[in-house]
Amino acid sequence: MNKPLERLYNGIIKENPTFVLMLGMCPTLAVTTSAINGIGMGLSTTVVLALSNLLISILRKVITDRIRVPSFIVVVASFVTMVQFLLQAYVPAIYSALGIYIPLIVVNCIILGRAESYASKNPPIPSLFDGIGMGLGFTCSITIIGAVRELIGSGTVFGFNIIPIKDAAAGTHGYIPISIVVLAPGAFFVLGIIMAIINRVKLNNIKKGRKVYSTDCKESCFGCPHSNICLNTASETKVINSNKSNE
Amino acid sequence: MGGAVIFVMTLASLVCSIIDKIILKPANLEYLNTIVFILVIAALVQFVEMFLKKNVKSLYNALGVYLPLITTNCAVLGIAIKNAQTGYNILLSTLNGTFTAVGFAIAIIIMAGIREKIEFNDYPESFKGQASVLIAAGLMAIAFFGFSGLI
Repeated sequence: MNKPLERLYNGIIKENPTFVLMLGMCPTLAVTTSAINGIGMGLSTTVVLALSNLLISILRKVITDRIRVPSFIVVVASFVTMVQFLLQAYVPAIYSALGIYIPLIVVNCIILGRAESYASKNPPIPSLFDGIGMGLGFTCSITIIGAVRELIGSGTVFGFNIIPIKDAAAGTHGYIPISIVVLAPGAFFVLGIIMAIINRVKLNNIKKGRKVYSTDCKESCFGCPHSNICLNTASETKVINSNKSNE
Repeated sequence: MGGAVIFVMTLASLVCSIIDKIILKPANLEYLNTIVFILVIAALVQFVEMFLKKNVKSLYNALGVYLPLITTNCAVLGIAIKNAQTGYNILLSTLNGTFTAVGFAIAIIIMAGIREKIEFNDYPESFKGQASVLIAAGLMAIAFFGFSGLI
């Protein structure tokens, strides 16, 4: 696979920032009250991520090692301010819905993390695609979470009515929305359950003996996003599983 | 960790709101606040790091890499921006910063306690790790909603 496509695939599936790396939890939990908010937030983050990755990668030889984090933050903050103005001018509805979380894109760990671990070491074009891939991965995940929460919490997705809502005044029968799902606790529940489903799928793959990740990885397992499903660490889990089935 | 966050957040709210009132407002440069605030916070965290390294070596070692990461804790920048947006004066901003940080400290202490308990329980394998923590956090959030109804 050539480089740009590989970076896109890596960002969306293999190292999905939300579900695999668990980065950028603050916007993930806070703004996903509806699918449209999720898309708005995701796309703004994608734009910032792609552009800042590009710029940082161009500047990577100029920025000295010691001051790299402050300089990355300044680059990111400038792009975020631009995106904030653009949203305010062209999509005021999303701007007011996202509120304080737009300036908070600056401190989104995904952006600084990619700048540090990818863009500062690689040429501009792959960095740009890495940014786009990661951003799209983030967008997909928070849109999914947003859609689930919106569906359970108010019976709609993207504002369209999916489940008929019970309306006491009109006397119609139907679904009573569970409003707690749209509030803060719901974010944790929905994300927790989605994580559990993903873990389940991965565990099934391992049990079937399918190779999930290559074993020639030289990195340490500590802090590795794949540590819970990688074959290097999975041998330990397998022993526990076989013990359980013997009992 | 909670202590460090309380310290950083109090100072950050104080300094950011002073800068906002004295430099940015008169010069009509409010749109620069994100950039300015994040730099102030980064500098403050660096300062706390140096202070701890010199005076409280054990705490510095225990916090390790998470200390510089306070910079990217969205609560810190969030409070600074929120203070500027709602137009609190300097005293109110500082108080707001301190007590938000106290709330954060309470939350992470409770969270740590719950996680310790969870480790030894028997629950489905798919929920191992982050999934169970998220569910616990959700239950905690419900409890806190209850508190806000009481007061």
